[in-house]
Amino acid sequence: MAKITYIAFDGTPYEIEARDGSTVMENAVRNAVPGIEAECGGACACATCHVYVDEAWVAITGEPEAMEEDMLDFAQDVQPNSRLSCQIRVKPELDGLIVRIPERQG
Amino acid sequence: MSETIEADVVIVGAGPVGLFAVFELGLLDVRCHLIDILDKPGGQCAELYPEKPIYDIPAFPIITGDGLTENLMAQIKPFDPTFHLGEQVNGIERLEDGSFRVTTDADKVFLTKVVVIAAGGGSFQPKRPPVPSIEDFEGKSVFYSVRKMEAFRDHDILIVGGGDSALDWTLNLQPIARSVTLMHRRDAFRAAPDSVNKMRALVEAGEMKLMFGQVTGLEGADGQITHAVIADNDDNEHKLPTTRLLPFFGLTMKLGPIANWGLNLHENLIKVDTEKFQTSEPGIFSIGDINWYPGKLKLILSGFHEAALMAQAASRIVFPDKKILFQYTTSSTSLQKKLGVA
Repeated sequence: MAKITYIAFDGTPYEIEARDGSTVMENAVRNAVPGIEAECGGACACATCHVYVDEAWVAITGEPEAMEEDMLDFAQDVQPNSRLSCQIRVKPELDGLIVRIPERQG
Repeated sequence: MSETIEADVVIVGAGPVGLFAVFELGLLDVRCHLIDILDKPGGQCAELYPEKPIYDIPAFPIITGDGLTENLMAQIKPFDPTFHLGEQVNGIERLEDGSFRVTTDADKVFLTKVVVIAAGGGSFQPKRPPVPSIEDFEGKSVFYSVRKMEAFRDHDILIVGGGDSALDWTLNLQPIARSVTLMHRRDAFRAAPDSVNKMRALVEAGEMKLMFGQVTGLEGADGQITHAVIADNDDNEHKLPTTRLLPFFGLTMKLGPIANWGLNLHENLIKVDTEKFQTSEPGIFSIGDINWYPGKLKLILSGFHEAALMAQAASRIVFPDKKILFQYTTSSTSLQKKLGVA
């Protein structure tokens, strides 16, 4: 398990206990965190689950793979700490992870 | 000039469920017209995940979106449906005799007895980049597709994106433009390597420009851009003389005109009964991800079931005097004849 904090665009924090092996996107959708649309359902095919990983966590979540990097081209206002949350798998080391949700998805 | 087509059934949406509806209706002798905003059949399977595996299609432990679309196209071939691709349905209105008049943005008019809405997540629309007041320029100097190349002749064109659309239009428009700049957020392109090489050769030869960054603002008046404001990846601001902007950021799904068709909705989904999958308007059916009923699951397999039950009810409208016999494809020679196997 890992505690993830999602910070919505309006600043509201949502704290969720996430199971190992699930994705950061799934936990947001299951708990109705606003601003994660996940149109394609987690296939890394739509860029509507875009998040900004808190700087302190970038090294642990790691770099996007080539396919995710390609998909990020379709996201809005991409920053160096941008990730698609369907491609971040929860693991014990991510306990305390903070991600911020952009103003809009696509 | 609008073109008028008489039909028994018009299916709005050519995704997997719309395609399978052709099969179920075909077994009952009903011929179909399909309309889809994409330029190919398959819907989300073709547009969002052509190469990604799907694991929950009965009897297919694994199949890709493209594979499923190809199989469905083969399965419905005997029923010879007519496809109207790259078109959006704008309106549906009921005529005095109870049938419908369906109009598309390509000026086609369908006079049909039955409408089946199988529109999935809605229609695919181009994504709009987050540039302030970009709406004011859309359709005048900002375009999301190229319909007529001539409209771009002798312009200063800025193309944004790194995929095939961006690269293809860069190469196609470069010979007729006054100037072409391609902008992308990074020095890596998803587009076909051959197009990328051609683009790089043009840049080398000084025939066009390549920049990395994003558009942050537009300057101009009355819908006509004069300059694009650009932030490069080092956060320096540039003003680039631009009279045509073409952003290519892929597609997103929007409900679109469906909301205006006078159907009862449940949170932007079309309410149907679970016997016929008919909407609040008799003769208009809705199947697949776009519909809602208690217990609804957005699964392709559920859409297939909905298509089968819808077809029974729809064929009674198309052939009011015909007695419908329930038959199996394994044993009925009449069904096998329709499928071209007997």
